[in-house]
Amino acid sequence: MSRHQIRVTVNGTSYEVEVESRLLLVHLIRDQLRLTGTHIGCDTTHCGACTVLLTGPDGTPEPVKSCTVLAVQADGREVTTVEGLEKDGKLDPIQEGFWQEHGLQCGFCTPGMMLTSVALLKRNPRPSEADIRHAISGNLCRCTGYVNIVKAVQYAAAKR
Amino acid sequence: MIPAAFEYHRAANLADALALLERHGDGAKVLAGGQSLLPLLKLRLGMVTDLVDIGAVEGLDYIKEEGGFLKIGAMTREVELERSDLIKAKYPILLDTAAVIADPLVRNRATVGGNLAHADPANDHPATMIALGATVVARGPKGERTIPIEQFFKDVFTTALAPNEILTEIRIPVPGPRTGGAYVKLERKVGDFAIAGAAAQVTLRDSGEVERAGIGLTDAGKVALKAGEAEKYLVGKKPDAPTLGQAGKLAGQAAAPTADRRGSVQYKREMARVLTMRALQKAVERAGGRR
Repeated sequence: MSRHQIRVTVNGTSYEVEVESRLLLVHLIRDQLRLTGTHIGCDTTHCGACTVLLTGPDGTPEPVKSCTVLAVQADGREVTTVEGLEKDGKLDPIQEGFWQEHGLQCGFCTPGMMLTSVALLKRNPRPSEADIRHAISGNLCRCTGYVNIVKAVQYAAAKR
Repeated sequence: MIPAAFEYHRAANLADALALLERHGDGAKVLAGGQSLLPLLKLRLGMVTDLVDIGAVEGLDYIKEEGGFLKIGAMTREVELERSDLIKAKYPILLDTAAVIADPLVRNRATVGGNLAHADPANDHPATMIALGATVVARGPKGERTIPIEQFFKDVFTTALAPNEILTEIRIPVPGPRTGGAYVKLERKVGDFAIAGAAAQVTLRDSGEVERAGIGLTDAGKVALKAGEAEKYLVGKKPDAPTLGQAGKLAGQAAAPTADRRGSVQYKREMARVLTMRALQKAVERAGGRR
């Protein structure tokens, strides 16, 4: 089967990898690059556990469901996963927010929630509660019921 | 889930994309945003031999008014409709529609052209484009042709596009004065397909009667449904509550949904009636607001 040589930057590191046409971005990230912070939940474009930031046409990092993107489509683009949020041993404000506000129980949705929230705060540094709930409406949490997740995002907004 | 094997091609431009489709024949399919196609391939509900990715083709991503039409490039993403000042100001029906398609993450990749070309009767743009009286522009090896939206959808996942044609643009007549539109959708939760959905676009005469009404229904048959009887009924009438109610009734009767876990045929028909009425009410309100 056909294979493609692609170059993709993940969390600031450039990788040259060979991928099969049908390889999904989430599998490239988890299985080949061994970045297992990106989770696979429903595998049917519903839950958002696999959310990563992928640069769009204008170079802006946007949250997407990496189970619904082919790895080869990420050729030449930049990806940010949860492993890329912490900088020099310092947590991103959104990570601090989830910690301080108890924004997680099992943690399965957390990487996706945080990446979606990072993109929201970049576009809208002072989101209302409704803005936050709208932004995370494609990320499902089955533990906390969202209240503390919203608080965590508000914490990060205040901190930025 | 992993799709069955296929060959991936990234088209450099439109001519390249058309040549790739021509070369790979019936088993080839165009990959736009992939938010419907990739799930379908992963579930192996569909098979392709070749995917022709038009994501890198330039010049298919725009929203502009020109020559009496709103022109939307096929690769315009839903998120771009949602953020467009032109759409917000003049085409609230498109904003209504984009805002309820799947979820915000999907809308970062999903495209307007893809939503139409995928021809899932449960997709949201088809009904809206029917209400708006849109025209679809297709490019093939022999050049360009336009297809009225009523002739575009042929069956579930089947359009009037030939296998070697690509949908490049959607054209919507620029609304005149006293025109308003709305899309309303009933869904169990964010990201789910519609239980039912209705789009309405209404133009009023200065004297207040309906000049033109366009009504499209989501998930009301094998293809998005044009509620022609209801449209005709409204013309020349004052859009008061009983009139809009009757139009809703006619649309509900025209709906031919299938029963699934989202509801029975009877329930979905009833919802088509109610949603048509609500979409019309909102459309009339918006038409009046622009007086």
